[in-house]
Amino acid sequence: MTAAAAAVGDKSALAQLAVRRTRRNFIADGAMAVACGAALLIVLSILAVILFDVFRNGTPRLSWAFLTEAPRDGMTAGGIFPAIIGMLQMVILMTLAGVPVGVATAIYLHEYASPTSPVTRTIRIAVANLAGVPSIVFGLFGLGFFVQFLGAGIDKAFFHGEKVYGQPALIWAALTMAVLTLPVVIVATEEALRAVPQELREASLALGATKFQTVMHVVVPQAAPGILTGTILAVSRGAGEVAPILFTGAAYFLPQLPKHLSSQFMSPSYHVYVLSTQSPDVDATKPILYATVLVLLALTFTLNMAAVIVRARIRRQHAGAA
Amino acid sequence: MAQHKRRNSARLSVPPIRPPKLTLAPAPLWHRAAEWTLRCLAVSAVVAIVLILVFIAKEAAPIFYSAAVRAEVTLSKMWVPQLWPGYDESASIWQPVSEIPKFGIWPLIVGTLKVTVVAMVVSVPLGVGAALYVSQYARPRTREIVKPVVELLAGIPSVVLGFFALMVMATWFQDLFHLESRLNSLVSGVALSFAVIPVIFTLAEEALRAVPRSYVEASTALGAARWQTTLRVVLPAASPGIAAGVALGLGRAVGETMIVLMASGNAAIVSGNLADSARTIAATIAAELAEVVFGGSHYTVLFFLGTLLFLTTFCINTIGDWAIRRMKIRLGGMA
Repeated sequence: MTAAAAAVGDKSALAQLAVRRTRRNFIADGAMAVACGAALLIVLSILAVILFDVFRNGTPRLSWAFLTEAPRDGMTAGGIFPAIIGMLQMVILMTLAGVPVGVATAIYLHEYASPTSPVTRTIRIAVANLAGVPSIVFGLFGLGFFVQFLGAGIDKAFFHGEKVYGQPALIWAALTMAVLTLPVVIVATEEALRAVPQELREASLALGATKFQTVMHVVVPQAAPGILTGTILAVSRGAGEVAPILFTGAAYFLPQLPKHLSSQFMSPSYHVYVLSTQSPDVDATKPILYATVLVLLALTFTLNMAAVIVRARIRRQHAGAA
Repeated sequence: MAQHKRRNSARLSVPPIRPPKLTLAPAPLWHRAAEWTLRCLAVSAVVAIVLILVFIAKEAAPIFYSAAVRAEVTLSKMWVPQLWPGYDESASIWQPVSEIPKFGIWPLIVGTLKVTVVAMVVSVPLGVGAALYVSQYARPRTREIVKPVVELLAGIPSVVLGFFALMVMATWFQDLFHLESRLNSLVSGVALSFAVIPVIFTLAEEALRAVPRSYVEASTALGAARWQTTLRVVLPAASPGIAAGVALGLGRAVGETMIVLMASGNAAIVSGNLADSARTIAATIAAELAEVVFGGSHYTVLFFLGTLLFLTTFCINTIGDWAIRRMKIRLGGMA
C-alpha cells in the first residue's frame, strides 16, 4: 500500500520534473533562437542603414554631368570624372600586374606542387599572412620599396638622377595594390582549380597531352570563371582601398588626367577621405561627398555581386558534376 | 627436399607482367621553360612578405644606429615615460612636431587597444550569434541569401565605413550618450566592428556547419534540449574555427586604418575613457607620413611603428591560420 503510494507519488514527481524541464528548455530554446536571430538582424540592418543613408543623400547630386565633369570651385561643384578615370587606369595596371602572378601561383600550388612539401607549405603560409597584412603597411611598403628603392633606382640609371619615377606615381600605386590583391586572386583561382574534375586531367593525359598542355588547354579554360571571380574581387578591393595609395600616387586634385605611368592620379576612394576630413566647408561639399560615396559603393557592390553570381554558378556546376 | 619443392613452385609461378614500354615524345623544351616560370612566379607571395618586412624594417633601422636620429629618439625614449621640460612628472607623450619632438608610444598603444577592444566586444557576439542562427536555425534558403549579403557588407570599402561613422554615427552617438567629443573611441570602435563582423561571421559559420550531423543526433538522443546541444556540443566542436575567425578579425581590427583615422578624433592621450578621442598606431602612420622629412627621425619612427604593426598582425594571423588548419584536421579526421 505505502509502496504503491510512493510509486505513484514518485511518478507524479518525475512527471512534474519532466514538465518543468520541458518548460525550462522551451524557454531556453526560444531565448537562444531569438538572441541569435537578433544578432543576424542587427548585422543585416547595419548594411541596410548604411545603404539607405548613402542612397538617400547621394542620389540628389548624382547625374550624368557628375560622372563626366571635373571638380570646380574648390570641390563644391562639378563632378568626379578625373577620379573615375584615374581609378580605372590604376585598376587596369593593377590587374595586368597582379592577376597573372596570382593565377600562376594558384596553378603551381594546385597542379604541380606536392601538397605537403615545405615549399608549398611556406607559400600557403605566406599567402594567408599576406592577406592579413594591414593596408597601411602596404602603403609603407609601396613608399619604401617601389618609390624610394625601385623608382629612385630607375631615375639614377635612366634619368641622370632627375625625379621622374622616384616619387609617388600611378605605376607604383598600381603595383602596391597588385601585391595587396594577390591573395584574393590566388584563393579564388585555387578554388576554381579544385572544382575541375580529376577525370578531365586524366583523360587529357591519357590522350598523350603533356602535363603543361593539360593544364593550359583543359584545366585553365575550365577554371576561367573562377579566375574571373578572383579578378573581379581584386578590382573591387583595389577600387575601394585608400591606405595603400596614400603615399604611393594618389592626389587630391589634378588639373589634367594622368598621361604617364609616372603621373599622379585621383581616385574616388581617396576623394572621399580628403573631402570628409579636410574640407574647409563641410556643408558645401557634403552633397558631392555623398554622391562620390554612392558611386564608390555602387561600383564595389556591382563587382561583388557579379563575383557572387559567377561563383554560385561554378558551385552549381561542380555539384552537378560530382 | 624442401629446397627442391620451393624451386618447383617458383618455376610454376606466373612471370610478372611487365608494363609495355611506352615512349612518349618528350615534352617540348618551352613547356619545361614555362613550367619553370610558373614555379618562379609561385614564390611571389613569399617574396612579397619578405620584401615588405625588409623594406619597412630598413627604413626603421636608423633608430638603432643613426646618430642624427638617435639624438632625438631612441627605443628607451619611446617606451619609457620621460620627464619633459615644462612637465611636473615623467610621461609618455606623442608630440612628434613640437619644438622638442616627443615620441612616447604609449598613447598610441592605449588608443589602439581601446578601439580594438570596443570593436571586438561588439563584433564577436554579433558575428558568432548570426553564424549560430544561420547554421543552426535558419533554413538553407535563408542561408543562401544571408551569406552573399554579409559578403556585400565585407565588400564595403573601409573609407566608406569611416565616412559613415564620421558623418552619421558620430552625431547619433553624441545625441544618444551626450558625449563631449563627437569623434571618440566608442564611435570608431563600433564602426570598426562593421569591418570585423563579416570576417568572424564567415569563418564561424563555416566551422559551425562543418560540425558532423552525428554529434547533434547523439546529443539529442541522450536527451539534451536543443539549446544544450547548441551550447555544449556544437559550439565547443566548432571552437577552433570560431577562434580562428576571432583571431583574423582581431588582426583586421588592429591594422585597420581608414575607419579609425576618420572617426576616432586622433588625439594621442592616455585615457581609459571610451568617450575620449583616441589615436591608433595605423592612423598615426597614415596621418603623419605625408608631412615628414624623408629619412628624418619622425619618418624613421613611423616606419618603426609600421614594423611593429606588421609583426603584431603577422603573429595574430599566424595563430588564426594555425587554428583553421587544426580545425580542418580535427573535423576532417572525425567525420
